[in-house]
Amino acid sequence: MKGFGKYVIFLGSLFVRRETFKTYYQLVLEECIIIGIGSILLFVLVSTFMGAVSTIQTAANLVNPLIPRYIISQVVREMTILELAPTIMAIIYAGKVGSSMAGGLGTMRITEQIDALEVMGINSSSYLVLPKIIASILMYPLLVIVAGVCSLVGGYLVGTLTGIMTAEDYIYGIRLAFNPYFISFALIKSLVFAFLISSISSFKGYYTQGGALEVGIASTSAVTTSVIAVLLSDYFLAQLLL
Amino acid sequence: MIKINHISKAFNGRSVLDSISGEFDKGKTNLIIGSSGTGKSVLLKCIVGLLQPDQGSVYFDLRNFTEADKEMKSEIRREMGMLFQGGALFDSKNVEQNVMFPLDVLTTKPLEEKLDRVNFCLKRVGLENVNSKMPSEISGGMKKRVGIARAIVNNPNYLFCDEPNSGLDPQTSIVIDELIKEITEEYDITTVVVTHDMNSVMGIGEKIMFLYKGQKLWEGSYREIMNSGVKELDDFVFTNKVMKNLKGKVTSL
Repeated sequence: MKGFGKYVIFLGSLFVRRETFKTYYQLVLEECIIIGIGSILLFVLVSTFMGAVSTIQTAANLVNPLIPRYIISQVVREMTILELAPTIMAIIYAGKVGSSMAGGLGTMRITEQIDALEVMGINSSSYLVLPKIIASILMYPLLVIVAGVCSLVGGYLVGTLTGIMTAEDYIYGIRLAFNPYFISFALIKSLVFAFLISSISSFKGYYTQGGALEVGIASTSAVTTSVIAVLLSDYFLAQLLL
Repeated sequence: MIKINHISKAFNGRSVLDSISGEFDKGKTNLIIGSSGTGKSVLLKCIVGLLQPDQGSVYFDLRNFTEADKEMKSEIRREMGMLFQGGALFDSKNVEQNVMFPLDVLTTKPLEEKLDRVNFCLKRVGLENVNSKMPSEISGGMKKRVGIARAIVNNPNYLFCDEPNSGLDPQTSIVIDELIKEITEEYDITTVVVTHDMNSVMGIGEKIMFLYKGQKLWEGSYREIMNSGVKELDDFVFTNKVMKNLKGKVTSL
């Protein structure tokens, strides 16, 4: 509870003694490039394979000749939109971006760079962390959209190239009984996950104490805590919004 | 001038600073000396506000910094420059960006003017043609110089240096010490240096505060340090044969 209270106070500190809008604009842009461009290749690769494997495994389970083949792509679509793209990608995002945020801030802490900002009269938490959270909230939903598309494309390629189903069946299944609300649900989840991962990772990095060993511990802790928070919030969001 | 009044600080019930009072004069290089673990750096952090003292107060030209609100603290901090032990240069920025950083964030000066000021400060600390180098590409001594340039770029009224000579060879240490002293006199600022380097003490110690086990045991100048009469200070100062011989010669004069 003490840690949670400290986290809440930390979040509050982001909004006091803020710098100028121009300063944040520059920093958010820089973070967007680091987060977005730096993660897109990994997201494309992982999600494409995820869609491909989902198609193969769903096909392997739907062996009843009475079940039409287009059901495979319908199942892949629902899995991708509801869980694979926003949630599984969040775990990968925590591992890549979250650990990098915690490691970066932890290193800045132990090398007194954060102290240097404070002595200059700058609110170091607001200056360093707020742009990371904003950039995360802006970029992660976009990455989720890219992941969703790549997953469906991966499923399409494997489904059609291996002869599991025809292209027409795949497209038909993708469009069958589509509920647009699921897209909104996935995007709401992605916003919450982006906030949780970036804020928890920054919190862990910002309060690092000690040396290089502790920076490593902070990075690991940032990933594990973020993943737990993502999974818990995933459950609550599903209960609330579905 | 900076004045500290009965500063006390404890960590987990263990007292690190015990009611330290004193004044740091304007235009002078004020030194806080003592062995490792005596609370020098903690005292400096209490003065600049990186740590909140348990008791006591710090005054910057009669402005109570300890009890000031966040806005006032921020205002006073913008008059400070600080050189950290490891330089604390921002890894992601090059030398020019590091030195320009306080101007970027704290002022609205045009780029031309900021560049002029950065180049002037770099030249002042003896660095030229290193603007585009990253901190990882320069030596320890150069990092300290860049740190000093960054500390003075916004014309501070107060300059703080935490162990400016740590990790430097004796020759470079003297250069850094001289630079700090020159800048202090040139800009008429209040400089506080935390050190345990005896070369610094004898070279630039115009006003020295000696800490021992969290208490202030002695205050004076480098001229008075030889005959302080304080055993703990003598033990600290005359640790090697050269210094012991020096003391013998001074005493016999």
